[in-house]
Amino acid sequence: MSKGKALLNWVDERFPLSSMMKEHVTEYYAPKNFNFWYFFGSLAMLVLVIQIVTGIFLTMNYKPDAASAFMSVEYIMRDVGGGWIIRYMHSTGASMFFVVVYLHMFRGLIYGSYKQPRELVWVFGTLIFLCLMAEAFMGYLLPWGQMSFWGAQVIVNLFGSIPVIGPDLSVWIRGDYVVSDATLNRFFALHVIAVPLILLALVVAHLIALHEVGSNNPDGVEIKKNKDPITHIPLDGIPFHPYYTVKDVLGVVVFLIVFSAILFFAPEGGGYFLEAPNFDPADPLKTPAHIAPVWYFTPFYAILRAIPSFLGTQVWGVLGMGAAVVLIAFLPWLDKSPVKSVRYRGPKFKIALVLFVISFIGLGILGALPSTDVRTIVAQVLSFIYFAFFLAMPFYTKNDVGSIPVPDRVTESTPARQVRFVLLWALTLAGSVLFVMYV
Amino acid sequence: MKKTIRQLIAAAVLALPVATAVAAGGGVPLDKAPINLKDTESLQRGAQMFTNYCLSCHSANAMRYNRLLDIGLSEEQIKANILPPGAKIGDTMKISMTKADAAAWFGAAPPDLSVIARSRGADYLYSYMRSFYKDPSRETGWNNLVFDKAAMPHVFAQWQGEQVLKHEKHEGHDVPKLELVKAGTLTKLENGKANTAEYDHRMADLTNYLVFMGEPTQVKRHQLGYIVLLFLIVVMLPLAYLLKKEYWKDVH
Repeated sequence: MSKGKALLNWVDERFPLSSMMKEHVTEYYAPKNFNFWYFFGSLAMLVLVIQIVTGIFLTMNYKPDAASAFMSVEYIMRDVGGGWIIRYMHSTGASMFFVVVYLHMFRGLIYGSYKQPRELVWVFGTLIFLCLMAEAFMGYLLPWGQMSFWGAQVIVNLFGSIPVIGPDLSVWIRGDYVVSDATLNRFFALHVIAVPLILLALVVAHLIALHEVGSNNPDGVEIKKNKDPITHIPLDGIPFHPYYTVKDVLGVVVFLIVFSAILFFAPEGGGYFLEAPNFDPADPLKTPAHIAPVWYFTPFYAILRAIPSFLGTQVWGVLGMGAAVVLIAFLPWLDKSPVKSVRYRGPKFKIALVLFVISFIGLGILGALPSTDVRTIVAQVLSFIYFAFFLAMPFYTKNDVGSIPVPDRVTESTPARQVRFVLLWALTLAGSVLFVMYV
Repeated sequence: MKKTIRQLIAAAVLALPVATAVAAGGGVPLDKAPINLKDTESLQRGAQMFTNYCLSCHSANAMRYNRLLDIGLSEEQIKANILPPGAKIGDTMKISMTKADAAAWFGAAPPDLSVIARSRGADYLYSYMRSFYKDPSRETGWNNLVFDKAAMPHVFAQWQGEQVLKHEKHEGHDVPKLELVKAGTLTKLENGKANTAEYDHRMADLTNYLVFMGEPTQVKRHQLGYIVLLFLIVVMLPLAYLLKKEYWKDVH
C-alpha cells in the first residue's frame, strides 16, 4: 500500500471522506442530457464563493460607521492594493448572483424540477432566494450613499404599514427613528455574519436534498427508473465527476468572460448595478428625485406600487410583494400536471409561461421607472398576470399534456427544437421589453 | 407612519429643486463632454485648474495629491505647482473651511468633488460649468441653466464673460437659450456672434480631470480588462472546450 493510500485509509476509518466523495461527486449519477440551463446551479455556487471571499477582504478595510462608511469605500477603491478590483467583483457579483439565480429558477420552472419528488429541493431553493434578497438589501446600505440610505428608508418603512405593531416594528428594525448609524451597524452584522451563515446552511440542505432524489433533466424523465440490471447504475446517468465537472468548467469560463467584461468595462452596469446617486454620501435631509431599488428587486417593487391602498392602509402592497416571493415556494403543490418538462406539456402551460415571463420582465422595467398613471395601470395588469400564473395553475395544468408522449428514456435535443426555443424566447423578451418601453 | 410609502413616493415626485436638477439636468439637454482619459496634457491642465480654482471651497477628501503621478506629473512638479503650503504629497485634497461655516456663507455647503463625476456624469458637469447666466434676483448675481438657483457663483466669469437667459419659440414651446452678451478673456464676440471655443476647451479639460478623479484607476482597469479577457478567450476557452470534448466523446 502506498503512503497516500494508507493516509486515506486512516482518514476513512475516522471520517467518511471516500464515501462522501463517491456519493456526491464521483458516483453521483446525473442525467446525460443536461443542456444550457443546467449551468446556472454550479455558477450560483461560484458566485457565492466570489461573494464570500471578496466580502472577507472588503470587511478588512470597510468601516461600518455612518461618519466614515462612504469614504472607507473610496479608500478601498483608491488606496487599498487591488481594492478596486475586489470591490467591483463584489458589486458585480451581487448583480450576477441574481442573474444566475433567476435563470436557475427559470430552468426549474420550464422543466418542472420542483415536482415530486423534488419539492424540498425547491423549497430550500426558495429560502435561499429569500436569504439572498435580505443579503443584497442589507449589503446595499453599507456604501452609505444616497440610494443606500433612501432605499433602506423606503423598505424599512414598509414594515411600518403593518397594522398595530408596524410603527414599533420599523423602529425596532432600524434601531432608531430614521435609518442611522445604528441601522448601518446592525445591517453590517447581519450582512457579514447572520445571513451568510443561514445561506450556507441552506445551500448544504439544497444539495443534500438534491443528491438524495437525483437531478431532474430537460425531459423530466426519472433516470432511476431505468437502471442497469447488474451494476444498478441508471442507464441515462453519468458520474458527476468527471463529466459535469469538466462541462461546468466550460460554463465557468464563459461566465467569467461575461463577468470580467462587466467588471473591467462597465462596473456601473449602465447605472443599474451601481446607481449614480449612490456616489453622493447619504443625506437624511435631501430626498433623491427618484428612488429606485437595484434592478433585481424591481419586479417586486413594481407589484408593491401597483397595489392601491384601501381600508385606510398601505399594507396590501406590502402583502402583495411578500406573496409574490412566497408563492414561488408553493409551485410543487400548485402544479397538477402529470408531466414535468415543458417539452411534453400542452399549450395552456406554454401560454401561461410566456405571459408570466412577460409580466416578470415588464414589472422589472416598470419598477425601475418613476410611476405615471398609464404605467400604474400596466403594472396592475402585469401583477394580475403574475399572480394568476400561480393561483390559476391548479386549473390550467390539470390534464394539460402535449401531443408528444413523455419518452421512457432521455432524448437528445434536435437543432430544430433549439431554434424554435431560442426564437420563441427571443420574441418574448423583445416583445415585453418593447411593450413596456413604449408605455 | 401608515402613510409613509405614499409620503415617500410623493416626496420623491415633488422632490427638492436641487435633486431634480441633479437627476434631470433641470430638463435642459446636456452637451456631450469630450472626455479622453488618455490625454494626460488635458488632465494636467484640468488638475491645475481644479487645484487653483475649485479646491478653495470644494474638497476632494478621497483624492491624494500623489495620485496625480498617474497623469504624468512628477513629484517635483506636484510639489512646485500644485501642493498647498504645508501639505505633504501623500495628503488628501482637504480644505480648511468647515461644513458648518460653508453652509452659513454659501447657503449650502459646497459638495466634496472626489466622486462628483460619478454621481452627476461628465456631460452634466461640462454643461453646468458653461451655463452660468446673469440673474439679478440671485444673491451672487448668477444663476445656472443646468442647475436652477445654484448657490455657486460663476468662478470663471472673467474667462467666460457674461451670458443672459433668452427664451426662443420653437414649435410653440419656450426653449431657454443662453446668449453671450459680454466677452471674457477666453471668449470673443464678433459681429454679434459668440466664439466660446477656448473657454469650452478649458472646461473640457476640467471635466476630464473630474472624471479621472472620480475613479483614478479607470485607464488601468481597461488595460487589465483587455489582458484578462484575452487570457480567458484565447487560453481558457479553447482549453475548457477541448477538455469537455475529450471527456464527453464516450457519452452517447
